[in-house]
Amino acid sequence: MGDIHVKNLNVIFGKRKKEALRLLNQGESKASILEKTGCTVGVYDANLEIKQGEIFVVMGLSGSGKSTLLRCFNRLIDPTSGSIVLDDKDIVQCNEAELREIRRKKMTMVFQHFGLLPHRTVSSNVGFGLEIQGIDYETRRKKAYETIETVGLKGYEEQMTGQLSGGMQQRVGLARALATDPEVLLMDEAFSALDPLIRNNMQDELILLQEKVNKTILFITHDLDEALKLGDRIAIMKDGKIVQIDTPENILTNPADDYVKAFVENVDRGEIITAGSIMFENPASIRIDHDGPKVALRKMRKVGVTSLPVVDNKNNFLGFVKDEEMAYMEENNLDKISEYMHSKEEVRAVNPDTPVADLLPLFLDNIYNIAVIDNDKKLIGVVVHSSVIGEMIGTNREKVVQLKEEGGLAL
Amino acid sequence: MKLDIGKYVESGVEWLSANASGFFDAITTGIDAIVSAMQTVFLASPFWLTIIFFAVLSYYLPARGRLFTKEGWKAGGGISIFTVLGLLLLYFMGYWEETMQTIALILASALLALVMGIPLGIYAARNDRAETIIRPVLDFMQTMPAFVYLIPAIILFSVGNVPGVVATIVFALPPAVRLTNLGIRNVPADVVEASRAFGSTKRQLLFKVQLPLAMPTILAGVNQVIMLSLSMVVIASMVGASGLGQAVYKGILQADIGLGFEAGLGIVVLAIILDRITQNLGLEGVKTKE
Repeated sequence: MGDIHVKNLNVIFGKRKKEALRLLNQGESKASILEKTGCTVGVYDANLEIKQGEIFVVMGLSGSGKSTLLRCFNRLIDPTSGSIVLDDKDIVQCNEAELREIRRKKMTMVFQHFGLLPHRTVSSNVGFGLEIQGIDYETRRKKAYETIETVGLKGYEEQMTGQLSGGMQQRVGLARALATDPEVLLMDEAFSALDPLIRNNMQDELILLQEKVNKTILFITHDLDEALKLGDRIAIMKDGKIVQIDTPENILTNPADDYVKAFVENVDRGEIITAGSIMFENPASIRIDHDGPKVALRKMRKVGVTSLPVVDNKNNFLGFVKDEEMAYMEENNLDKISEYMHSKEEVRAVNPDTPVADLLPLFLDNIYNIAVIDNDKKLIGVVVHSSVIGEMIGTNREKVVQLKEEGGLAL
Repeated sequence: MKLDIGKYVESGVEWLSANASGFFDAITTGIDAIVSAMQTVFLASPFWLTIIFFAVLSYYLPARGRLFTKEGWKAGGGISIFTVLGLLLLYFMGYWEETMQTIALILASALLALVMGIPLGIYAARNDRAETIIRPVLDFMQTMPAFVYLIPAIILFSVGNVPGVVATIVFALPPAVRLTNLGIRNVPADVVEASRAFGSTKRQLLFKVQLPLAMPTILAGVNQVIMLSLSMVVIASMVGASGLGQAVYKGILQADIGLGFEAGLGIVVLAIILDRITQNLGLEGVKTKE
């Protein structure tokens, strides 16, 4: 229920669609198809699996075909070929009556410029979808009032929509889409027309709302930050093609091509990249009952660090030891590491899904690396200062070397 | 070689008159019934009742929603007083019967023009091909000198009110079609798209979204239709239509300056009253109930 499968979806605009499709399948480029047939390729061979209850974001610049793709789902634009299957039914093959039924009951839409009826009140706008279904006035009014409360507009029910601010109008748009209790919500650049601050609020609220309503949401945006914030998964589109479908973090860490890479370069990575992705996995560690200062020093020298995490024999994280103290112990023939270990009162450990931005404050007044532990307190990795700094400035290793050569004063 | 279009038109009209006379007789009877009914209503009711009716109407329309407030009085008071004074003037000048005949004629023509024009405008708005065909026809109707319609109108509908009404409809119909078409086409695309996205049928889209949003423009069209109908009263009187136009026409034929001026003044007063009343139909972004 609620999963959507999109297969080989093509949208071609123009008169000679069949010919254009044939050329497209032969691998001709968009430009040469336009030249030969006068047809524009809107979406080319889109394949998606959208899961029930996820926020799936399609991101791309204007002209990338993202809005066209979205409009195929409720057939405001008819795809040229391919299928979109929801609940075992191919929407592309639906006749008009079936399509109307889908639009009324299963799939609603939120628009960039709201698309509200200016001659009607808020509650009448919210009840519009139910009105179209022929539901009686009292029922739809009741449902409209409930939904208006859900989106935080209680008290504005009988205002005319033209009197509301942009953010409030879009809440009305959202309420209208939710009022029919659809399975799928299509959101076309829903927050793009709003002021940055309001947009941020609306994004937060959409996330909260989604926890309550748990719809399948297909969200279109040209704003990568928005995509990364909202998306459980993101599809990036370019020139009508989907170039990458992945989680926000994978998009940032493993961009599929240069286009995506160029996109993600300027993103505020701190909120998205997590400790888990920048940690050194299976780090060298000291076993508390097993290793003495000598072993500790040798391990440190080997990996070139000044501190190492300490674990018990079940790999539970206990604390850190430092090289100078190990050296002191060795000189004085002491062998109880636990006495010189900096334990959990002093050091901090984090979960792998802690965002990098939250790691930064932990490094203040903390000369140790940060241990990454799983839910059972087992040590799974170590995050070092330089990785965090590198992530925050969003550079790879070669670039760091280059920056080092150019920055600072030569001695 | 001479291309004799006039001859073709003439023989076409003659053919119609010979072969479709039943059809045109039916139209004549229908239009005549409507005009007579309206004239009967306006002439049978006492003059003071008619004046009160127009005075109230001219106050109510601009002052809707704020009837007994200062702003309401500001919006509708002036017109209302003008209506009372203007109609009293016409009554005491002795032109009451002509005025009522003219109003009946205008309203009948405008009503028929709207009944045909608005649906045609809706059709044109929803069908691009229809629009490309309708548009030049409308241009033709509006720019062809109105006198020209009178000739075939007499042949097909004989003399009297009916050919006058027919010629008036031909002349006054275009703005109803044009402005309805324009109003519907100007409904924001995203609102239309939203309505479709929520599963509305074409009919629901039309009645719940397009027509309400196009209403101010359509009502501007209603105003235009009425004003154009009024502008035809003198011309229509040349084929026997009754009313103030007849008086003006008589003034012209008899070189009677006084008669011509008085009747002309009546037309001006009527024009101002009708214009101000209908001008305000589309104001105030009409709030429709579901």
